[in-house]
Amino acid sequence: MTLKTLLTGAALAVGLAAAPALAQDDKTRVGFIYVGPIGDGGWTYEHDQGRLAIEEHFGDAVETVYQESVPEGADAERAITQMALNGADLIFTTSFGFMDPTISVARKFPDVKFEHATGYKTAPNVSTYSARFYEGRAIQGHIAGKMTESNVVGYIASYPIPEVIRGINAAFIHARKANPDVQFKIIWAYTWFDPAKEADAANALIEQGADVILQHTDSTAPQAAAEKAGGVVTFGQASDMAEYKPFPRVSSIIDNWKPYYIARTQAVIDGTWESQQIWHGIDEGMVEIGEITDAVPAEVRDEALALKDAIAAGEYHPFTGPLKKQDGSDWLAEGETADDATLLGMNFYVEGLDGEIPQ
Amino acid sequence: MDLSSINPVLLLASLIVASTPILLAAIGELVVERAGVLNLGVEGMMITGAICGFAIAVNTGSPAAGFAAAAVGGAGLSLLFAALTQLALANQVASGLALTLFGLGLSALLGQGYVGIKPPPTPKLDIPLLGDIPFLGPVLFSHDLMVYLALALVAAVWAMLKYTRAGLILRAVGENHDAAHALGYKVVRVRIMAIAFGGACAGLGGAYLSLVRVPQWTEGMTAGAGWIALALVVFASWKAGRVLLGAWLFGGVNVLQLNLQAAGIAIPVEYLSMSPYLITILVLVIMSADKSRAPASLGRVFHASQ
Repeated sequence: MTLKTLLTGAALAVGLAAAPALAQDDKTRVGFIYVGPIGDGGWTYEHDQGRLAIEEHFGDAVETVYQESVPEGADAERAITQMALNGADLIFTTSFGFMDPTISVARKFPDVKFEHATGYKTAPNVSTYSARFYEGRAIQGHIAGKMTESNVVGYIASYPIPEVIRGINAAFIHARKANPDVQFKIIWAYTWFDPAKEADAANALIEQGADVILQHTDSTAPQAAAEKAGGVVTFGQASDMAEYKPFPRVSSIIDNWKPYYIARTQAVIDGTWESQQIWHGIDEGMVEIGEITDAVPAEVRDEALALKDAIAAGEYHPFTGPLKKQDGSDWLAEGETADDATLLGMNFYVEGLDGEIPQ
Repeated sequence: MDLSSINPVLLLASLIVASTPILLAAIGELVVERAGVLNLGVEGMMITGAICGFAIAVNTGSPAAGFAAAAVGGAGLSLLFAALTQLALANQVASGLALTLFGLGLSALLGQGYVGIKPPPTPKLDIPLLGDIPFLGPVLFSHDLMVYLALALVAAVWAMLKYTRAGLILRAVGENHDAAHALGYKVVRVRIMAIAFGGACAGLGGAYLSLVRVPQWTEGMTAGAGWIALALVVFASWKAGRVLLGAWLFGGVNVLQLNLQAAGIAIPVEYLSMSPYLITILVLVIMSADKSRAPASLGRVFHASQ
């Protein structure tokens, strides 16, 4: 029994030592709620790079805290509440599924500012921010259409939410433009992060003939699966995933949150923070296109870069008509571009895609 | 819909690969629970095994050394649990949960330098003649050694529990530790050995993930596989054969549903996605309608003086 007492004592001592650190104030405290581990090599990793950029930029004036691998759902509310109770002034909740928990906690803490990534619900103290990942998807789709030899492109989707559906549509439209025979096979993994399942999904797609894999899940497992299979092209998702350069990873979409996080922290310090809805793309630098490697033929690379420049300059919108919905009904007329409201709520496939979107 | 794009040979072969990690972890936990100890730290031991195995395999270039290190790592972590619950008589549920949290943190720390590195490939056994049999050859005889080791382990655990004196003692300790103690068996010693075995198996399962199935190191990469292994033991009513069936069902339906999705079958994805859990639980619950029950001393604290 003595050992148990000893351990309890030790645990108490650690707890007491940690307590004063929470008590002091005057620093601005910025909190982050992550859906995966910071070492996922993708989505959460880039958000954490943004957090580190805040620390570097503000030095001692700002203190950051984070909690990783927070499940979407009821537990998220507990985690966000805990962070607000511990004195956070600004809290970034970085996954779509944190939307309702964020709104509900924000109601209880009117003095704390909240920033929710990729959602659409706001409040006086809740902003939303997201990146126009579909601009990057269009470029990936173009490369995918040019690179595939089997004309089968595999797509590992996560959850059937507008952001993911938008990505599938943008990639498909541009893959079809580059290669009229291309087909998409889509797997819904129903997870943002589960390396084993992502690898299984990639393998299932490869076994069914896909030689290009696009992913909307956060880990690098599909890259490893593609490398193991050989001859399969992949793209980095959310982060550069440079470890798999130059092949299978031939390019990537990189989410760059750093400038935004620094600006919003500054706004809280200055007292100028206001609720807003931000949706930035390649133009503002929130979406970056990772190096297109030599595994891609030079002319395809040039086309992809030209597409990127046109999107950045605002000369070209990835959703430009004529486009039809999957059921054959008209969506966009010749030359018409999609408005943001439709894009933000996108719940349909464009013409040519097989299968149904889970509801 | 195009079912012809699914190749049954590849499907069955991936089924076996997909079920091996949970099979290894579950068979270890089965032995632990049959000895009357509830170790909820399977997830933590798996992920510790995953990084230990990965790190050693990368550094030595030998997957075999990696798997050995994974077993040692998993067993080492489980001994911490053994010390807390068997020597300090701490609560097993709390200690097990703490072990999972500790294992996840420790593995993230150990794995910092290993993100994005490729492990040495684990060679597949090329069994002459057997491997050339059409259909059966690629399905059954074209895997790496660990797959067969896992199957051998299931058979060995089953035989040990059913036919050997050691198995009888283990079960006696798990069913009624006071009686076993009165007969002169070393309850604590037996349980510590069972816990270490369970840890080693969980470690191997984790390493199978990081060295063969994925293969790479990513923080938190087990993503709940340890909890599935734990549930499997309960639904398999603590029987080795059913653990094997459950693992194959779970792994198999999981791989199958991904393949059906890719083939564009007209079943709503939500149903496909929940099918591995549903089918596994359903089959095992129906099978356990007989008189099987949990070991009577499961989760109870033992001290010779009480």
